Amino acid sequence: MSELTLTLLRLGYLALLWILVLSVVGVLRSDLFGTRVTRRPAPGTPGRGIPAPAPPRGRDTEDRKTPRTLVVTEGSLKGTSLALGQAAILIGRAPECTLVLEDDYSSNRHARLFLDAGTWLVEDLGSTNGTYLGRSKVESPTPVDIGTPVRVGRTVLELRR
Amino acid sequence: MAVVTAVETRPRRNVELVLLIVSLGIAIGAYVLVGIAAEGRVQANWMWVGGGLAVLVLGVHAVLRVVAPYADPVILPITTAINGLGLVVIHRLDLAEETSLATRQLLWTAIGVGAAVAVLVLVRDHRILARYTWTAAVLGFALLLLPLLPFIGRNIRGARIWIGLGPLSFQPGEIAKILLALFFAGYLVTARDSLALVGRRFLGLQLPRARDLGPILVAWALSLGVLVFERDLGTSLLFFGLFVAVLYVATERTSWIVIGMSLFVAGAVLAWRIFSHVQRRVDIWLHPFEPGTFENAFQVVQGLYGMASGGLLGTGLGEGRPDIIPFAESDFIFTAIGEELGLTGIFALLLLYLILVERGLRTAIGARDGFGKLLAAGLSFTIALQCFVVAGGVTRVIPLTGLVMPFLAYGGSSLLSNWIVVAILLRISDAARRPAPAEVTG
Repeated sequence: MSELTLTLLRLGYLALLWILVLSVVGVLRSDLFGTRVTRRPAPGTPGRGIPAPAPPRGRDTEDRKTPRTLVVTEGSLKGTSLALGQAAILIGRAPECTLVLEDDYSSNRHARLFLDAGTWLVEDLGSTNGTYLGRSKVESPTPVDIGTPVRVGRTVLELRR
Repeated sequence: MAVVTAVETRPRRNVELVLLIVSLGIAIGAYVLVGIAAEGRVQANWMWVGGGLAVLVLGVHAVLRVVAPYADPVILPITTAINGLGLVVIHRLDLAEETSLATRQLLWTAIGVGAAVAVLVLVRDHRILARYTWTAAVLGFALLLLPLLPFIGRNIRGARIWIGLGPLSFQPGEIAKILLALFFAGYLVTARDSLALVGRRFLGLQLPRARDLGPILVAWALSLGVLVFERDLGTSLLFFGLFVAVLYVATERTSWIVIGMSLFVAGAVLAWRIFSHVQRRVDIWLHPFEPGTFENAFQVVQGLYGMASGGLLGTGLGEGRPDIIPFAESDFIFTAIGEELGLTGIFALLLLYLILVERGLRTAIGARDGFGKLLAAGLSFTIALQCFVVAGGVTRVIPLTGLVMPFLAYGGSSLLSNWIVVAILLRISDAARRPAPAEVTG
C-alpha cells in the first residue's frame, strides 16, 4: 500500500473519530428538552403552550358571574395572571403544570382548577401540605367563588372576572 | 411574566442505533488500520472481532428498547467507542509485545456487558437501590478491606488492592466504588438537611456544626487508611473525592468543598512527609528529567516522548512505538493513543469522556427523586475524576496515581464495574427522561 493511501487512511480515521463526536453533539442539540420559557406577549393574553381559547364575551347577567382570570395574590409569583378558558389548570412545581410555582411548600402536582357545568371547582391532588379554600381544607372538588382566596403552599390564588 | 412549557421527550432509540454503528465503525476501523500497519493487509479475522463487539453492544441496545426505552441515547455509543478503541490499542500492544491481553479484555467486555444487561433487567426502578443503603455500606467497606486479608490479598507492584483466587485476580475496590456511591447517595439524601441548614455563617461560608463534621472525617480517615495499608493513592483519592462531591451536590454548600479540600491537602502533605512511595511519585512529577529520579521516571518520560512524537495528527495506529512504555496497556494507554492518534485523536477522546460525564450529570438534574440525583451525580463524578487523575498524571499536571482510564485501559475489574455504572446511569436516565404520567382530564 502506498504512503499516500496510508496517510489518507490515518487522517480519515481521525475524521471518523470527530464525526462521532460531532454527531453526538448534534444529537444533544436536537434533544434539548425540559422546559421552555417564553415571554408572555401582553398582559391578559395567554402565552405559548397554554390551551386557553378566548373566553366568550357575552354581556348577559349569567356571564358576569363567570371568572375570566386567575390571579396570584401572594407568594413569589404575586401579580401573575392567567386567562381562564375551558381547559383545566394544573397548579404545582412540576414543569408541565399550567401554573408553575416556585414554592417549596407546594407539591409537584398540587391542585387542579377545572370547569364543571359553568362552575370552577378546585381539587387537591394529594398534596403534602393541602389546599385551602378560604379557611377550610379542600377534601373533595369544591366550587370556587370569585374573590375567595385559594391557598397552595405559600401561594394564594383568586378568581377574578 | 413568563410562561413555562414542557418540551416533549422522545425515546430516541433509533438515534442511538445510528450512533452505535458509527461507534462500531471506529472500533473496526482501528482494528483494520492496526492490521494494515502490522502486516500490510487487513487482518482476516476483522469480521469476527468486530462482529463480536457488535453483537454485545447491539444486544444492550435491544435490551434498552424493551426495558428502558427513554434512556439517554448517547451514553451507550460513547461507551462502545471508548471500549472498542481501548480493545484495539491493547491488541496493537499485544502484537508488539507478543502478549494476548486483548483476548482477556474482550472476555471482560463480554462479562461487563452481561452485568450491565443484568442490572438493566433486574433493577427496573433505581429507587429500589435506596433500600440497600446500609447493606451497600457494609459490603462496600468489606470489599475495600478485602485485599488486606492474608492468603487472598495480593500485593502487585507495591499496591495491595488485588485479591487472587488461583490464577484469577480481581480489584474489589472497583465494585466497592459503586457500592459506596450507592451508600453515600442513600445516606446523604436523608442526612442532608442537618448538614446543609445548621451552622454559623463565617466569611460568606456556611460552616457546619462540629458534630456534623463526623461523616466527612470518617470518610477522610478511611481513605487515608486505604492509602496507608493498601498503599494505593488512586483508590484513596477516588473515595474521598466521591464523598465530597456527593456531599456538595446534596447540600449545595461551598463550605463542604473548602473543608474537603483542606482535609485533602492536609492528608496529602502528611502522606508525602511520611511515605516513601508518595515522595517518589512527587519527585517523578516535579523532576522527571533529573539524573536522580530518571530511573523511576522512565515510564512518565517515555509517555511524554511518545506524545511528543505523535504531535498534532499522530503517527497512525500501529505506526508508533508505544510498546516501549512499561504498562502501556493499563496505566499509560492514554499516552499510547496520544502517540498514535495525536492531539487531534486525544481531544476527540477527551470530548467523548466529557460528554459521557455531562450526560450523567444531566441525568442527575433530570432525575425526579433525590436519591437518583445523588447517585447519578456521584457515579458521573467518579468517571470524571478517574479521567482527570489519569490524564493529569501522565501529562504531569498532578502526580501519577494508580487509577485506570474508564473503559479504555486494560483491567477486568474496572471494565466490569464501569459497565455496571453505565447500566445504572442508563436506568436513572430512563426514569429522568420518561414523560410524567398523562394529566387527568375532565
